[in-house]
Amino acid sequence: MAKKESSLKNMLIALFSVTFIASASLGLVENATRGAIAEAARIKQEKAIKAVLPEFDKLGDAFMVKPKSGPDSLEVFPAYKGSEVVGMAIKTYTNSGFSGHISVMAGFKPDGTISGYSVLEHKETPGLGTKMVTWFRDATKAKQNVIGKNPGNINLTVSKDGGDVDAITAATISSRAFLDALQRAYDSVKDIDASTMKGGSK
Amino acid sequence: MNQMNNFTKGFIKENPVFVLLLGMCPTLGVTSSAINGLGMGLATTFVLVMANIVVSMVKNFIPDKVRIPSFIVIIATFVTIVELVMKGYLPALFDSLGLFIPLIVVNCVVLGRAEAFASKNNLLSSLIDGLGMGLGFAFALTLLGGVREFLGAGTIFNMTVYPEKYGMLLFILAPGAFIALGYLIAIINHFRKA
Repeated sequence: MAKKESSLKNMLIALFSVTFIASASLGLVENATRGAIAEAARIKQEKAIKAVLPEFDKLGDAFMVKPKSGPDSLEVFPAYKGSEVVGMAIKTYTNSGFSGHISVMAGFKPDGTISGYSVLEHKETPGLGTKMVTWFRDATKAKQNVIGKNPGNINLTVSKDGGDVDAITAATISSRAFLDALQRAYDSVKDIDASTMKGGSK
Repeated sequence: MNQMNNFTKGFIKENPVFVLLLGMCPTLGVTSSAINGLGMGLATTFVLVMANIVVSMVKNFIPDKVRIPSFIVIIATFVTIVELVMKGYLPALFDSLGLFIPLIVVNCVVLGRAEAFASKNNLLSSLIDGLGMGLGFAFALTLLGGVREFLGAGTIFNMTVYPEKYGMLLFILAPGAFIALGYLIAIINHFRKA
């Protein structure tokens, strides 16, 4: 079959059919994968919550709190064992990472002690800032481990700034940012009264 | 025999990365580990094969003056399909490649093969050309990722070869990508000419 010449009509028909078929097939694929994408995001979030909290039976309804610093509200997930609140996971963030935004899931016991953390999203330098994923929960190094500590009692900044936490070697900026995110999380949950959330209602 | 040649030329003789020097942006950007390189390479292979097939089928319906926008739309469609499927079924890989997946659209390997090969050849040759070029691209990215991961972090495909503290961090960072790529091109060209 001979090649179509480049007349206005032929060009219009060709472009219209190409874009039409493209958008139709994309619509179909989006429809087919929507469930799986939502499911993957939910599993990821649930895993992160499980990783940062002490053992729990069920999660209560998530709610939003307004932090004292920063514009965005943080999402809080209370966790129950029986009817008692055993901890709260809070999705916190900082914008002062070496490469901008870092999103962290932090877990707190009702008394404000950090029970765990999990870095959800970051763009830090591989091999340096990326170490924050494990650095701050090394139980053998008391000065860099934040788990089991209460930000109400210690100064949650790097030792270079006069704080009580050792920064990641050669990644002070990422460390500062990480601790900033944790501090923001703590400031937001410390005023929530865990006893008022009994039984999964709020 | 001719088809065989079509297939194998992508690996060494006309390797898109080492010889044609196309698609440098994802090549340098995602190859901080072997598994990232392989994932990116296979995603690109899928797009290349599908785009080559469709372009060779519709080449006679598309007037010359609007061929480039039509090809870009066809390529972008397949890239978006890859992105959605990966997000749903391979979330871990998507997290590490995320930003670079949409950039496959502007990977000049894909448009280059559509324009230079698929728009002039029949369906079978185009399919084989896309497969060969794609796997050649995946091979190059995996090799580069492996070298950088080995020198930088002491691992290959996340298996530890030597302790990380002896690794040269430089190779994980951007300059290491250029240095490793330069040496690999030199080595490949040495053997290609020999």
